[in-house]
Amino acid sequence: MIQAKGERPLMILIPAFNEEGAVGTVIREVHSLYPDLPILVIDDCSADGTRTVALESGADVITVPYHLGLGGCVQAGYRLAFDLGFEYVIRLDGDGQHDPAYVGLIRDTLFRSGAQMVIGSRYVNGGGKHTSFARGVGIVFFRWFLGLILRKRVHDPTSGYVGVNRQALEVFARSFPLEYPEIEALVVLQRLTFRFEEVPVKMRPRMAGTSTITAVRSFYYVLHVLLGVVVNILKYQGSKSRP
Amino acid sequence: MDRLLSIIAAFSIVLIGVVLFNIRRAHIRVEYSVSWLGAAIILLILSQSPWILGQLAHFIGLNNLPVSLLLIVGALFLVVFFRFSVIMSDLKDSNVALTQKVAILEYQINALHEKPQSSRRE
Repeated sequence: MIQAKGERPLMILIPAFNEEGAVGTVIREVHSLYPDLPILVIDDCSADGTRTVALESGADVITVPYHLGLGGCVQAGYRLAFDLGFEYVIRLDGDGQHDPAYVGLIRDTLFRSGAQMVIGSRYVNGGGKHTSFARGVGIVFFRWFLGLILRKRVHDPTSGYVGVNRQALEVFARSFPLEYPEIEALVVLQRLTFRFEEVPVKMRPRMAGTSTITAVRSFYYVLHVLLGVVVNILKYQGSKSRP
Repeated sequence: MDRLLSIIAAFSIVLIGVVLFNIRRAHIRVEYSVSWLGAAIILLILSQSPWILGQLAHFIGLNNLPVSLLLIVGALFLVVFFRFSVIMSDLKDSNVALTQKVAILEYQINALHEKPQSSRRE
């Protein structure tokens, strides 16, 4: 079982759903670059061999009994990391889009800045811009929308390549959006007057499989996230008006 | 109007019967049947008491009793559906938390089983 070791224990969290074609490579890449970092894969009840591949590649694996969705998986990982005493967690996608070479940069920024969250952004300092057209439109829209709310520019609000410290871990272990969590998580951080920073990363094409966000689902995505953000703003206003 | 009231009354009685039957067969838990029974009883009372219906129609600002009755029926079922949405959301949250807990415990139990085996090998 993974254990929190060292002065600043850090865990790599990889949520994966039907990623047998990519997750093994991602784990081996992380191991080769950072041999001491424990890796936890949350298998979202995959129908393929994701669990077996992840175990054979040297990761610890939690398989949830039914398909929870991305947010539910990430939160399970955050819960375990918090309970085990980890100070930091860096989340990578299991499809290979997040290059593990940037884990060190995210980790160092977490250590140095004291920010509660560090986002690996494909739009800072000319980082790689590999993304679909629908997602690109969504990013532009939410970048503008979040700019109004957060009063701070977010270059890549949909990036799932994020690191969090223990303060954010405690909050997210208790409550985390179940679907499309990235943008809502930023608003939650703002509500708690937490800080986030962005660092440049290059995204790669998926190694295998297809994205769950299709053109039709992207409309649902926008509506869902907008509603989630508005609800969080209302909570924010409520907490401000409280004596 | 009388025919509409009779149809609503019959519908209410059937609804009460169906709900009670399902409670007896344990298909619905008693606490979740209360909304349906309450809505059905209110409809039955309204359909059998034109005076109360008239007062409500006057309160709403409608002179047309059938339209008022249909509005009230719609509003009642909206309230019932909303209540079930709240219950479903609560159940979903509990279900997700439980699922995460089970998955984490399963992982920890497997790790405990592996530990003695590996120490025995040593």
